[in-house]
Amino acid sequence: MSDTQSAQPEEKLTKKQLKADHPTWCPACGDFAVLASFFNVIQKLGLTQTDFVCVAGIGCSSRFPYFVNSHGIHFIHGRALPLATGISLSRPDQHVFVFGGDGDGFSIGGNHLNHAARKNINLTYIIMDNFVYGLTKNQTSPTTPIGRRSKTDPNGAIDRPINPMMQLLGSGATFIGRSHATHVKHMNEIFERAVNHKGFSVVEVLSECTMFYPGAFDSAIPRKGGEFDLVDEEQHDLTSINEAFKLAQLEFPGKFGVFYQDERPSKNELEQNWINDVQSRTGDLSPQDLMRQNFAAMQ
Amino acid sequence: MSSAGASAEATQDDALRNAVIRLAGNSQDGIQSVGGMLGRLAGRTAQEVMTYMTIPSTISGGPSIFQVHLGSGEVLHAGDVADVLVAFYQHSYDNHLDSLKDGGICLYDSEKVEETRDERGIHHIGVPFTSATVEAIGGTAKDRGKNIFVLGLICSMFNLDREKLTGIIERQFGRKGEDVLRNCMNAFDAGYAFQTTDLKQFRFAPGEAANSNRISSDGNTMLGLGLIASGVRYGAAYPITPWSSIMELLRRELPKYGGVFVQAEDELAAVAIALGASYAGHLSVTGSSGPGLSLKAEALGYACMAELPLLVINVQRGGPSTGLPTSVEQSDLLQAIYGSHGDSPRIVLAPKDVEDCFYITLEAAQLARRYSCPVIILSDQAIATRIEAFNEPNLDEHWIEPELDLSERGEDFRPYPLDGLTRHAPPGSRMAENTYPKVTGLEHDEKGHPSGNPENHQKMTDKRRNKLVTLAAELPLPEIYREEDGEILLLGWGSTYGPVREACDRLREKGLCASATHIRHLHPLPSGLNELLARFEHIFVVEMNDSGVYGYGQLATILRAASCNSGIHSLCKTDGLAYRVSEIVDGVDSFLA
Repeated sequence: MSDTQSAQPEEKLTKKQLKADHPTWCPACGDFAVLASFFNVIQKLGLTQTDFVCVAGIGCSSRFPYFVNSHGIHFIHGRALPLATGISLSRPDQHVFVFGGDGDGFSIGGNHLNHAARKNINLTYIIMDNFVYGLTKNQTSPTTPIGRRSKTDPNGAIDRPINPMMQLLGSGATFIGRSHATHVKHMNEIFERAVNHKGFSVVEVLSECTMFYPGAFDSAIPRKGGEFDLVDEEQHDLTSINEAFKLAQLEFPGKFGVFYQDERPSKNELEQNWINDVQSRTGDLSPQDLMRQNFAAMQ
Repeated sequence: MSSAGASAEATQDDALRNAVIRLAGNSQDGIQSVGGMLGRLAGRTAQEVMTYMTIPSTISGGPSIFQVHLGSGEVLHAGDVADVLVAFYQHSYDNHLDSLKDGGICLYDSEKVEETRDERGIHHIGVPFTSATVEAIGGTAKDRGKNIFVLGLICSMFNLDREKLTGIIERQFGRKGEDVLRNCMNAFDAGYAFQTTDLKQFRFAPGEAANSNRISSDGNTMLGLGLIASGVRYGAAYPITPWSSIMELLRRELPKYGGVFVQAEDELAAVAIALGASYAGHLSVTGSSGPGLSLKAEALGYACMAELPLLVINVQRGGPSTGLPTSVEQSDLLQAIYGSHGDSPRIVLAPKDVEDCFYITLEAAQLARRYSCPVIILSDQAIATRIEAFNEPNLDEHWIEPELDLSERGEDFRPYPLDGLTRHAPPGSRMAENTYPKVTGLEHDEKGHPSGNPENHQKMTDKRRNKLVTLAAELPLPEIYREEDGEILLLGWGSTYGPVREACDRLREKGLCASATHIRHLHPLPSGLNELLARFEHIFVVEMNDSGVYGYGQLATILRAASCNSGIHSLCKTDGLAYRVSEIVDGVDSFLA
């Protein structure tokens, strides 16, 4: 989505300049690593604080904007994507980053994901998926596996969980990646590619809730006996939705990497095309004269 | 105007000053289009006009009326009784004959309607609308175009300006192709030339409006254009009757001005998208009708807490729930003022007529920018759909060009200063102190940091409320029509403006000391309003909502709470129809009896 440049070239930001409030997350929360990786990517791409904005809804991970020293907005539960849509469409000069968790993105805000994705809004959405509601202290989330006990499922979850990658592939997003908070280098790479994608880019990051769901993602951590299995991009056709769906259906923990990427005009571009087209026909009329044409038709 | 109004009255030279024509048919017959053209003609001939329509909430078809009140002088309402009824079907005849005044004229399709009621001196004239139209258009069986045939009949009957009227038809139908236009003109000419000895002839007195730049329009159009004139370039909404035509206009028009209007997936997304653009530095709009405003309520609470500016249009309809989606009601006032969670002060305004829809939007935009909070404009189905003629707004005076303020914010910048108004720094603006602001729905300190400090929450609650206290002190008091004090004050808001004024004059004709006033600023109410109300013995608050468990309508409830004035009474109704003048007069009469 980097089709604009900073008004004046400046020196790259330091980590110290990028840090804001100390995160209020629990010790060893996976989200710390996501924040660190985000700083890495901002630094690497040379973005400054007038270039980007952080948006979030409600949840532990949605506190993200407070911890970044940039313009930021902490909105209501589930509606971060439409808010970001308003920013993105009205401010093409800004990189818009949206942060949130599985409850915010797949439950209360589930429908907004579908529509922001199908409209291909120019933004980057990072979902920190921990399979549990953490801020409200251990209730079942839309990605909680069947059988897992929580305060709202004392006998174990009974509702089939959402498969995030299937959901994202069905939504019409044009860049879909998957990563893991213990693999910072991998996150750096996927985030950077997401930011550079034109249109709606989304990354699901498995980010452990050490307080309520410790060990949830150990099966993808080699030092804990798991396997971090990457998508083989030599073999995988990134533009094939069918191949991507096959990857998405692999047994947990599945594969990590970019599942799907395709070029499709963003809504930002399509709206701008309409504006350019209509303005080329209205010529040099002042805005007031444009409206006087409306009035003339009412005489 | 002759204040008794609403009847075809002949003056000395036999010229009409007022006429009310009711067209009754089905919604697909194009009677709205005929009514609209008559309304437009009035604008072009310096006459006043007000229309009134009912439409069924069915998907296609169903009984529908369009009433046009034409007048040479001021026209304040759509007419209590009709001078002429045009009945296209038997059900139109059966259901609307009662709307005719004694001695009125019933023009009916003699092939569709059986004349069954000889009463009250009503003059019946049967004309074969259908076959005459078929004959004029060229012998096909379809009866489309009979609305234009009827327009021709009306044109000849009232000696309307034929040249101007055919010009309006040309503009309306010319785009649809030569064949369509030719058929229309043939139907019009056939109606105009139709010979029947029964057809009475009338002539209007010349229009008295200053004949410069008169336009005719409906309320939704003027709200939409008002938004553009107030510098709004972004917004989002979800379709809902009777709001939708505003979003259609914005979607179509905004690209010309470099803006974007988004059709959102739902009402929650719509308000969020608009807030996103507002946060990004462009005052934005969302709109809906009552049920949609309910869905936006959480985000409205956010906008109050985070102190983001936002315009919200609510075109009210009959409720609750899906209710009467194509009828008028004013039952969202309390929702507009209080509807959210927590204490969430916002500004609520209501336009008094179609023309005011334009100006109130500019005022709303100025207030939203100044006080950095949501401003809700409460329109209603009646204002939204009726046509009035008025002077074209002077855009040299009434125009706000939007500005995106990305200037560097100084070292003393605080997003939520306790000693001043919030002015957010949009993304992209540089911070001299190199500390970048957060906009948040958590209670926060002056710098935007989340804070649960008890003292801070009280101070911030005061800050948000005091914006409205400041505004109340600056608002002008509503004007009083007629006496500055006395026995009776009729008080209305929204679309009851015209009928309330007219009812005031009728009460005076009956010898009562009556005045009228109208409130545009509903929240906050102007300071000093209590003292103004105290000058009257009885204050009748006229509104289209229910009088509730305690006997007072929504505005009356607030006025009583704000003033403790026991002289405040309610005149309420919820029949889904605009107020008739006589209903207000009768309501006052029966209270005083």
